[in-house]
Amino acid sequence: MGLAATRADGAHADATKDELLQFYRDMLLIRRFEERAGQLYGMGLIGGFCHLYIGQEAVVVGMQSALRPGDQVITAYRDHGHMLACGMDANEIMAELTGRSGGCSKGKGGSMHMFSTEKAFYGGHGIVGAQVSLGTGLAFANRYRNDGKVCLTYFGDGAANQGQVYESFNMAALWKLPVVYIVENNQYAMGTSIERSSSETHLHKRGVSFNIPGEEVDGMDVLAVREAGLRAAEHARSGNGPVLLEMKTYRYRGHSMSDPAKYRTKEEVEEQKTRNDPIERVKKRITDAGYANEDDLKQIDREIRAVVTASAEFAQTSPEPDARELLTDVYL
Amino acid sequence: MTQILMPALSPTMEEGNLAKWLVKPGDKIEPGQVIAEIETDKATMEVEAVDEGVISELLVAEGAQGVKVNTPIAVLSDGSASVPPPPRGAGAGGGGRAETSAKAPPAPYPDRPPTPTPPPQGGRGDDLEIPAGTQMIKITVRDGLRDAMAEEMRRDPDVYLMGEEVAQYQGAYKVSRELLQEFGDKRVVDTPITEHGFAGLGVGAAMAGLKPIVEFMTWNFAMQAIDQIINSAAKTLYMSGGQIKSSIVFRGPNGAASRVAAQHSQDFASWYSHVPGLIVIAPYDAADAKGLLKSAIRNPNPVVFLEHEMLYGTEFEIPDVKDWLVPIGKAKVKRVGSDVTITAYSRMVGLALKAAEQLAGEGIEAEVIDLRTLRPLDSATIVESVKKTNRLVTVEEGWGQSGVGAEVCARVMSEAFDYLDAPPTRVHQVDAPLAYAANLEALALPSVAKIVEAAKAVTYR
Repeated sequence: MGLAATRADGAHADATKDELLQFYRDMLLIRRFEERAGQLYGMGLIGGFCHLYIGQEAVVVGMQSALRPGDQVITAYRDHGHMLACGMDANEIMAELTGRSGGCSKGKGGSMHMFSTEKAFYGGHGIVGAQVSLGTGLAFANRYRNDGKVCLTYFGDGAANQGQVYESFNMAALWKLPVVYIVENNQYAMGTSIERSSSETHLHKRGVSFNIPGEEVDGMDVLAVREAGLRAAEHARSGNGPVLLEMKTYRYRGHSMSDPAKYRTKEEVEEQKTRNDPIERVKKRITDAGYANEDDLKQIDREIRAVVTASAEFAQTSPEPDARELLTDVYL
Repeated sequence: MTQILMPALSPTMEEGNLAKWLVKPGDKIEPGQVIAEIETDKATMEVEAVDEGVISELLVAEGAQGVKVNTPIAVLSDGSASVPPPPRGAGAGGGGRAETSAKAPPAPYPDRPPTPTPPPQGGRGDDLEIPAGTQMIKITVRDGLRDAMAEEMRRDPDVYLMGEEVAQYQGAYKVSRELLQEFGDKRVVDTPITEHGFAGLGVGAAMAGLKPIVEFMTWNFAMQAIDQIINSAAKTLYMSGGQIKSSIVFRGPNGAASRVAAQHSQDFASWYSHVPGLIVIAPYDAADAKGLLKSAIRNPNPVVFLEHEMLYGTEFEIPDVKDWLVPIGKAKVKRVGSDVTITAYSRMVGLALKAAEQLAGEGIEAEVIDLRTLRPLDSATIVESVKKTNRLVTVEEGWGQSGVGAEVCARVMSEAFDYLDAPPTRVHQVDAPLAYAANLEALALPSVAKIVEAAKAVTYR
């Protein structure tokens, strides 16, 4: 569709050594953080729903690298990776998961409802599809102020069948709002595969009726994601209206912690983990180019592990919110 | 040395079976590696390692049944990272989370936590405080609302209006007449017919710091958008620990118009006034419509502003002062009386005032209170009145069950029970969808006659 004209031919532009190492570091932080969150959930320290991002790390890391300072990000409830990519502190995210006062929502939001105005992260929303209209509104404010900002609005293949997504597409295209819609197609809406839920499974085509250019992207390749993200952000920022990027990705874990994921085969998951893992793929690029050896990468691994361990400790030592917080933040 | 604990698959799981070990002592393991499978009656799941190291011992044998959550199942040595300490409150038996939380003492908070109420915003007092000598002018409710929006849009460039037919058509009910001409299409925005979408878009714009006025052609259509009003606008301040604000006004005609039947004739006052985080306003006359809408636009919280189509063309006197503001959260005594208190809001205030005149002819002096703001509800004014009259009639256009009248009655019972000389009585729409037929419509809705009848009943006349 429309974006092809601006697309660089052939392979992805090369990333520098520093960029590749940063991608590796950022994706590894998300994975180790999520593994630790899963562990704390298993220990009963995290309550309620907890949706892990493991497997999809390349999407947020690649997209975030395409942004400028001030650009906004909004997503649904599988949001821990987005927050880490936005630069939010691992401690305050983990402490929100454990419901402590040191959490970014003071323990009042939990896994699905986290925000950071400082990092332009607007949540963290629990109702499937609602964030798409909200993100369109953030973009409306950008256009109203003519401030050059772009809003990245993420949703999943499940949300792609919600009506308000298309109400939003229509207004965004009609008013040429600076929004990039990113559908993270991990192929399962909870337990329902995309083939069982969607009459058109190529979700990048879902903007056709609104003249929104769409593109399918290998969401397991952080460089492909960054390339597509740069093109899309430029398109939206230049006043050309929205873009729809379909990130083909895969979640290794169940929909939430309590989902055994029996709707797909072990072989399918194993295939993705062994042949398509986004972290392994970037790691291979790094080692093939001789940018780092196994020992260097181990060192990064240790540093990440220290950050995550510290966040888990903070999340358990930070006190529960004071009882007085019960009735604050209801009104301004 | 680090212990690997039996994990919980869900918040309610207390124990499970260790179906299979995928590692043995001496194996080196990596984070993310599957080390075991556990199962409950509902599901089987894989246990992944979080730390790297060498398995030095398996503490629970493969096939073990009923392993309590948080029981150590293996020992990992040479782990470079520490494992967090056991969870708080885990009993000696290693009970699951459900058990733990059930036994946990309740959080210490005050016996009767005060209801959070928004601080008064702007507001120069209501018209009881109009300076002496102020000239009164006559305007319609429609123009009062229009002027409120125009004045606030002149005052603050972040305020804009969006909705169906608000711009070129000049408003489906002409409430936004001439705003497009003055402010242009950037700030007076015609939307497609897409309530769910533009309500959400408005909330998003508010989260970014704009101050949208979202007009619903009628509140009936806002049911398509109620998720965004409640889940996004009303709750996000709380869920974000005070970070994300939504200064937004949702407004439009509410309640029964005339002969438009069930789907276009509903009073949503009780629906929205149920929700913490929202402010709900339902004015009657032009002075309140204008002064409260101006206060609503300036308020930093999400406001549901319920107008009435049948009042748009009604003229009222309004003080001719610059920047007329009416405080949110204050009821107004529209008629002083000693025998019975009648509470009403929106169009029902007019009916209550007529009923009071009729009652006066029969020797009953009714005190009529216009609630004006339904959340926060001004209990004090109501209770003070009932302490004087000892009798209460509530009037609302909506259905009775879980209605505004039910709330008013409950508050009076709890705060002025000993002052009551008769059971409080509610006047409301009959318990059925509103009919189209003229006679049935009239029978369904509150009327002057029904209010008079109720007032006589509580005064035993």
